[in-house]
Amino acid sequence: MGLHATPYKGLLGWIDARMPSLMQAYRTHMSEYYAPKNFNFWYFFGSFALMVLVIQIVSGILLAMRYKPDSQLAFWSVESIMREVSGGWFIRYMHSTGASFFFIAVYMHMFRGLLYGSYRKPRELVWIFGSLIFLCLMAESFFGYLLPWGQMSFWGAQVIINLFSSIPHIGDWISTLIRGDYVVGDATLNRFFSLHVVAVPLVLLVLVVAHIFALHDVGSNNPDGIEIKDRTDTQGRPLDGIPFHPYYTVHDLYGLGFFFLAYCAVLFFAPEVGGVFLEGNNFIPADPLQTPNHIAPLWYFTPYYSILRATTAEFVVWLAISAVVLGAMIFLRVRQQWLRITVAALVVFAVALLAVPGVRLDPKLWGVVLMALSVLSFAALPWLDQSPVKSIRYRPGWHRIVIGVFVVAFFVLGYLGMNPPTPGRTLVAQVCAALYFSFFFLMPWWSRMGSFKPVPERVHYAAH
Amino acid sequence: MTAVAQTGEGPVEPGQIDRERRAAIITASAVGGVGCVAVAVPMVASLWPSEREKAAGGPVQVDISSIDPGQMKIVEWRGKPVWILHRTPEMLASLKEDHELLTDPESRRTGFPTPEWALKDPALRSIKPDYFVAIGICTHLGCSPNGPFPANENPQLGAFPGFVCPCHGSTFDVAGRVFKNKPASDNLEIPPYEFLSDTRLLIGEHKKSA
Repeated sequence: MGLHATPYKGLLGWIDARMPSLMQAYRTHMSEYYAPKNFNFWYFFGSFALMVLVIQIVSGILLAMRYKPDSQLAFWSVESIMREVSGGWFIRYMHSTGASFFFIAVYMHMFRGLLYGSYRKPRELVWIFGSLIFLCLMAESFFGYLLPWGQMSFWGAQVIINLFSSIPHIGDWISTLIRGDYVVGDATLNRFFSLHVVAVPLVLLVLVVAHIFALHDVGSNNPDGIEIKDRTDTQGRPLDGIPFHPYYTVHDLYGLGFFFLAYCAVLFFAPEVGGVFLEGNNFIPADPLQTPNHIAPLWYFTPYYSILRATTAEFVVWLAISAVVLGAMIFLRVRQQWLRITVAALVVFAVALLAVPGVRLDPKLWGVVLMALSVLSFAALPWLDQSPVKSIRYRPGWHRIVIGVFVVAFFVLGYLGMNPPTPGRTLVAQVCAALYFSFFFLMPWWSRMGSFKPVPERVHYAAH
Repeated sequence: MTAVAQTGEGPVEPGQIDRERRAAIITASAVGGVGCVAVAVPMVASLWPSEREKAAGGPVQVDISSIDPGQMKIVEWRGKPVWILHRTPEMLASLKEDHELLTDPESRRTGFPTPEWALKDPALRSIKPDYFVAIGICTHLGCSPNGPFPANENPQLGAFPGFVCPCHGSTFDVAGRVFKNKPASDNLEIPPYEFLSDTRLLIGEHKKSA
């Protein structure tokens, strides 16, 4: 009759005989997905991020029932949600707190990748999808932030869109296309609403599915950085693996309890977090004629913003010197003639655009380039990391210091980005930017240096 | 019946129910369920009318001194048209004549119930005979009927004054009672209202016992 044979009974059996893909998916991704049994604290954040995605979508749907994407009405519709709609304040704070917690979870999730080499072969594609998700998340929060139409919303959008106008020749055209008008206005608000509510969430959902599928196809990494599929039992199941359901579903639910504790503590008692999650200036309706004294992006953008601001004319000189040094190092590393010629040509090209009067680009444009590079550098990690072992546990001890320096530089850049610049702070930002980029672009050299410890055959696991 | 393992006795044989695990699952699910309900309540509550919408539903005061006999004033209450018709003696007389032609002359149907205080005289359906107050929405599918037409001015009403709905042709007399054999089966709805004075109506509330 065309029905599939099924081991399940009742309603489930009826469905499975007609659509076996459902239970097949459950088996592939949950009950028969063997994940390493030595997952630690750092491995919670992927499922936390997924939970926050669900929270953002549900709270977003409810907000969109009351929000009005019109420049005259938007600000007041948000105030109406806060004051007049039953539970409206709760839904709004769910969404704003969720946005920040999304980035907390995603940064922790990425840091895990850094610690244990999760982006290494064969998981480069998982990492690429993850980088695309990161970019989409930044776009999503940028579009969403304009919607309340406060002073910070308006001027933040103004600045970021003007970044595009610094691109030579086509910049103004691109900026006008993004805005839908010659200035940030009603047209911009309406299209950002459409992008924030429909376009980017759809892309995000597709990318998250791709990210998880790409991971499940090769299997998860673990804190010891060894491949658990190398040692399997007679039925092909990894000796160090446990089925995701029920072990990690329950484990992640337990972790979610703590996550919700933190999330709810912020939501109910300090949703603004002193102006970090919800900025004071955004409680003033947008005024196109008057910029507030202090403009800063949301905290999760501040490291990259800091790098943008630190790129001054003097810094560009140092960039030119760095380009020559890095070029020389690559030149000495590669052997093929054609590669060496390409590297030399690129260095000449870069130095021309950086330092040669008459040809060189504005520091403003180099700031934009460096900001973009600072975000995109993460994506290059699978190819920058040349260490013979994946996990920090078996690398030379001083590699931890290198990662620590990077983390400190990242935090300092973030802190500086929240505050107005001074000459002293700009210098610090430049030093941190130099450390930030050195971490990535010198990685092919430093990741190979030092004495590495032997990697174990089986994972380190203590029952608890 | 499979054997049930006692708690605290260590690993469970296959086929035995693990009591400890079962207790843990039930407790965790209960607490988690409380959390889910706690979150769901404000989210579902937000779907209901907000304070602004509730405030917009408040009562409306109307000055009726300027309505001439035979004329009708229409005011908005809760987004709906409310008719205030100053009935003439001829109109009042017609209400005694059309009893056999009406679907529900005593206003007994419950789809659009008529309040008791408006049924002291079922042929009038109002507090005072001179002023007829009703929600001007046809009880069929919601269009607002045209009118008031005096007697012998509209072929669909014939010798009776009243209202005609343009959408599907239902007709009503000047007490809002629907004529027989029409798409609508219910008389027009009467909103809560009361007289604040001889010249002022309050539409949306009826507190007085009279």
